[in-house]
Amino acid sequence: MKALKVIALPAVLFAGWWVLSAGSKDFYRPPLRTILVAFADTWFGARIADDVLPSLARLGAGYAVALVLGIAAGVVIGRHPAVRETVEPVLEFLRAVPPPVLVPILILVAGIGDLMKVLVIVSGCVWPILLNTVEGVRAVDGVLADTCAVYRVPPVRRMVLRAASPQIVTGARQALSIGVILMVISEMFAARSGLGFTVVQFQRGFQIPEMWSGVLLLGLIGVALAALFRLVERSVLRWYHGQRAAEKQH
Amino acid sequence: MLEVNGLRKVYDGHGRRVEALADLTFKLDDGEFVCLVGPSGCGKTTLLRCVAGLLRPTAGEVRVAGRLVTGPPDGLAVVFQEYGRSLFPWLRVHENVGLPLSGPRKPGLGKEALAAVGLAEARDAYPWQLSGGMQQRVAIARAIAFEPKVLLMDEPFAAVDAQTRADLEDLIREVWRRLGVTLLFVTHDIDEAVYLGQRVIVLSASPTTILDTLDVDLPAGRDQLTTRAAPRFTQLRGRVYTHIQQARTS
Ligand SMILES: Nc1ncnc2c1ncn2[C@@H]1O[C@H](COP(=O)(O)OP(=O)(O)OP(=O)(O)O)[C@@H](O)[C@H]1O
Ligand SMILES: [Mg+2]
Repeated sequence: MKALKVIALPAVLFAGWWVLSAGSKDFYRPPLRTILVAFADTWFGARIADDVLPSLARLGAGYAVALVLGIAAGVVIGRHPAVRETVEPVLEFLRAVPPPVLVPILILVAGIGDLMKVLVIVSGCVWPILLNTVEGVRAVDGVLADTCAVYRVPPVRRMVLRAASPQIVTGARQALSIGVILMVISEMFAARSGLGFTVVQFQRGFQIPEMWSGVLLLGLIGVALAALFRLVERSVLRWYHGQRAAEKQH
Repeated sequence: MLEVNGLRKVYDGHGRRVEALADLTFKLDDGEFVCLVGPSGCGKTTLLRCVAGLLRPTAGEVRVAGRLVTGPPDGLAVVFQEYGRSLFPWLRVHENVGLPLSGPRKPGLGKEALAAVGLAEARDAYPWQLSGGMQQRVAIARAIAFEPKVLLMDEPFAAVDAQTRADLEDLIREVWRRLGVTLLFVTHDIDEAVYLGQRVIVLSASPTTILDTLDVDLPAGRDQLTTRAAPRFTQLRGRVYTHIQQARTS
């Protein structure tokens, strides 16, 4: 029943697209059938290894670096008010810079290779993770901190990271969608492979069904990553959702 | 074992200045069981937090085993008044009890302590799946399993029913005798203070000083029925009661 509800709307939209586009003669809006044929021809082959996987690998690397950096810096900033007061204005500024404008600068610094693209992803993903981690760490219950002090429990590893995990997960979720966007954008400048690059190539070459199939693939990747994220979240935050549900009953 | 000399604590901040503790001096011998009673808001929790090294006094000092307290001393355990918030919600009951422990005796100690507070069945539950009284017993089990030299308990039986309370009172006396722990026990309940302690310290309302210290010269083997019915018990509780009344009205 639940699965049915989840599937229903996408199925309707898909069917609608199929039917409405079926007789289309418009060059820029080909029938969905044509797009799907192009999808199979374009993506089930060498392109998986040449374009899709490298894109995903850069996303994975950038996202992982952003997680480590964001959480580590967030814990330090959240635990030390003096550090927070010092770095806050700088953080506000850096966070306000839209990551795509960093691309030309990063090209100067890091060239046009994988490093630049990973750095673009890091520069966008790190902020939501960092800021949410700071909030989570600041909100840690003082009684728990006292408990760690008295019972000699290592506070950061055993308490702070877990207590702040609901906020950290929120930041990580925001960062994931930013990461997908930046993965594509970083490949639209000065690139020779990747999903973003390929889509732009198709557009320039007037391979319109192929271009649409690339958009479709990016959407599917987004959905798959979100599902994967939910799976991880469910196991990491099981205690939190349980606690929330228990509190609501009272 | 535990010395409090000229202790004074003034809270000052957010436009409110509270002189919680005016001037307290007392001493607990090694292995002594002392109960603290005083009206609500008189600074009992403040005093325990100073003794545990979690709060810096405004003046005066605390010594545990001869050492000046500047942070939580070794071998000291606390059962916090906010027992629910002192448990780690992401850990199961037995993990909460076992977290501060290490070494080969860890599983045995945890199991024994949980059995002693009547929670052997709940070992795999999360704290938020338990009632308030059960959570309080988990916090007590954690303190017992820690085998402290000094144990501070802040109204540890506030959330349990009368029968469980009587059982836990007898459990604490038994643990105290078995471990030879030095015990400072805060309670609102005059009867409980007289029933449990070797000595009762009566605090005034804030700014807090010691109104009276009385030795409880009841036999060491205490029993809920006979001890509480003894004429000497009635006499002692009468004396404490009178002092507390005076503290309220003055
Ligand atoms: N962190 C704090 N900041 C400011 N004032 C505080 C703080 N903690 C306690 N106080 C004040 O100090 C006084 C003593 O508080 P404390 O919690 O020690 O009392 P208590 O005897 O434990 O009370 P109860 O029996 O209700 O638990 C109160 O007036 C309280 O408002
Ligand atoms: Mg208190």
